[in-house]
Amino acid sequence: MRLTLTEEQEMLKKTARDFLADKCPKKFVKQMEESETGYSTDLWQEMAELGWMGLAFPEKYGGGDMNFLDLAVLLEEMGRACLPGPFFSTVVLGGLPILDVGSEEQKQEYLPKLIRGEKILTLALSEPGYQNYDASSVTVEAIPADGNYAIKGTKLFVPDAHIADYLLCVARTKPKNGITIFLADAKNPKINYTILKSIAGDKLCEVVFDQMPVPRANILGQLNQAGDAVQKIIERAAVAKCCEMVGNIQRALEMTVDYAKERKQFDRPIGSFQIIQHYCADMATDVDGVRFSTYQAAWMLSEGLPCTKEAAIAKAWAGEASQRVIALAHQIHGAIGVTMEHDLHFHTRRAKAGELAFGDANFYREIVAQEMGL
Amino acid sequence: MDFSFTEEQEKFREEVRQFLEEELRQGLWEPICDSWIQGFNPEFTKRVAQKGWIGLTWPKEYGGQGRSAIDRLILTEEMLRYGAPAACHWFADRQVGAAILSFGTEELKREFLPKIAKGEAYFGVSMSEPGAGSDLASLQTRAVEDGDYYVINGQKTWTSCAYLAHYFYMVARTDPEAAKHRGISEFIVDAKAPGLSRIPMIDITGTEAWSDLFFDNVRVHKKYLIGEKNRGFYQILHQLDYERSGMERIMGNYALFEAIIKFSKKSKLSQEPVIRNKLAQLQIEFEIGRLLGYRVASVMEEGRAPNWESAMSKAYSTDFEKRLASVAMEILGPYGQLMPGSKLVPLRGLASHSYLGSKGYSLQGGTTEILKNILAARGLGLPSS
Repeated sequence: MRLTLTEEQEMLKKTARDFLADKCPKKFVKQMEESETGYSTDLWQEMAELGWMGLAFPEKYGGGDMNFLDLAVLLEEMGRACLPGPFFSTVVLGGLPILDVGSEEQKQEYLPKLIRGEKILTLALSEPGYQNYDASSVTVEAIPADGNYAIKGTKLFVPDAHIADYLLCVARTKPKNGITIFLADAKNPKINYTILKSIAGDKLCEVVFDQMPVPRANILGQLNQAGDAVQKIIERAAVAKCCEMVGNIQRALEMTVDYAKERKQFDRPIGSFQIIQHYCADMATDVDGVRFSTYQAAWMLSEGLPCTKEAAIAKAWAGEASQRVIALAHQIHGAIGVTMEHDLHFHTRRAKAGELAFGDANFYREIVAQEMGL
Repeated sequence: MDFSFTEEQEKFREEVRQFLEEELRQGLWEPICDSWIQGFNPEFTKRVAQKGWIGLTWPKEYGGQGRSAIDRLILTEEMLRYGAPAACHWFADRQVGAAILSFGTEELKREFLPKIAKGEAYFGVSMSEPGAGSDLASLQTRAVEDGDYYVINGQKTWTSCAYLAHYFYMVARTDPEAAKHRGISEFIVDAKAPGLSRIPMIDITGTEAWSDLFFDNVRVHKKYLIGEKNRGFYQILHQLDYERSGMERIMGNYALFEAIIKFSKKSKLSQEPVIRNKLAQLQIEFEIGRLLGYRVASVMEEGRAPNWESAMSKAYSTDFEKRLASVAMEILGPYGQLMPGSKLVPLRGLASHSYLGSKGYSLQGGTTEILKNILAARGLGLPSS
């Protein structure tokens, strides 16, 4: 047992932090939130050149041959910087699932392009109505037509769909127990996108498939049997989202402690007041709890160990603890923190989006209950 | 990061479990909450000593086993999981030994460590006074030099393990002129020393685990001063970091956690959405506390003394223990109020006992408020008030 990063991971962390401090100041984050695409192609290329997209992929596809724990370190830094853009969608929701269940041919076709920063991918899973993050609640259908399939229906909260080249679309191919993942051409005219105006200013889309044809060859994994693959995608996405949340709230804590040391009222720094100190202590405890439960799940994913319970614990805790951290950050910052001229709102808005992504605490508590055999 | 235990460590865990399972099978004791404070069982301590499990991390030359902090983590985790009656040796093993090793003379190490490791020397920790709780540095008990001796006068309270202890680890003022943090020293006092008397305290659970101690011209030879004269307060801070470093707090009432989950399953109450949700939340909170405790062990394994990390872990964990006791009481409904020994009492009274006991969890070994001060000052660098 060793609950610290390796030397290589510390280096990766430092490189990422320095790079993002330089390239992704809050002014840039704001610009991207206001832009149509939500990302910068220049920065995207630079990230590809740093090897970030390929970090966790095997060398034979052009990747860096590192593991999910290394990716976790990078995601934490991205969360810290509130990095906008389709990294999470492309790597976590697109690339890693292809690596999991794709055929060798599919891997050869998609992964090198993804790693070079040439293609953007995302996952179309959620649907209108109650958000249940499991494959069995999928209703969007893929109907056999002329030896191929036609996808019909609406997917919701699909991140970065408007700029994606490929969509991993989870669809029903049999009324009962028949779920299949399709690798769909996102530029097909039979797909319509609407960007939703979301709290974090990220680009969550409504995606409408109007009998969109998909060749049979674009089935990812097994026909009718994608349930387990989808489960794994969600589990990993939840943990990866936690990694971003660790960075997000760690930064919110640091901003708050710095502010408490500088801000003076009653002729002394407010950080010398015991109530403020205890608020900060509570924040630090929540941040570390999120950190270690997240890294525990990330480590298990990295080692290929089953971690349904640990992932659920991490996401349940991250969701609620991050809300507490942000609430205290605001209380300590006082009125300046609720303005657009201060940077705290970036963290606030993203913490809420993170809590909701891939299931909130209520959703994961039920999974923990099942894992406890209740 | 690596959250795994090595094969050898897993084997050790298995060995500890088998030992405790066998003890249970023979009906030698029953799992209880707070077994490390209230479970006085000299025979058990003797058997643990025979396994070499007291002073596990101490050097072999002093009767220890030279094992790692992680091995000790495993050992204590299992002792707590089983609610095993380890109170006779717990304080000596956990913090007195560490204090002697860090600050004691070679003579003190040779005199006490092997005896503790053999399970033949129980220590009570005697620091608090009626007027000195969180503000320990304001303590009034005096130790005055007289030739080769110190003469101690004063009153101590909340002394642990007091009715069985062979020795007390205590602190007294040795320089009344100096600033209050700079005039305190640590001593080892023989429990049979003339002039030393004890009045048991009955705590809110009805248990006699603590005592008031009265020192009336108690003479202690100078060789039983631990470390440097007048530097005691700083040594205590170090020792308290160890006191808070373990899994005691997250697992102090683990016996209740296990029992209430079993009870909820068996009664099918666990299928009620509200109860289901609460139990799952406890499991999540337990896991977070476990990891905060592991982090402290990981810090020690790196060779650093635990610091604000153990303050964080303890403050978090005592809160968890209180919630656990409250949720258990809610689930049991009116039966929850029945005390151990009562007709109809569920779970052998673990819930009512722990519910009452949990009020003190966040006071012992540093109140939650003091711990948050430590975390804010030492961990986050916030300015002093």
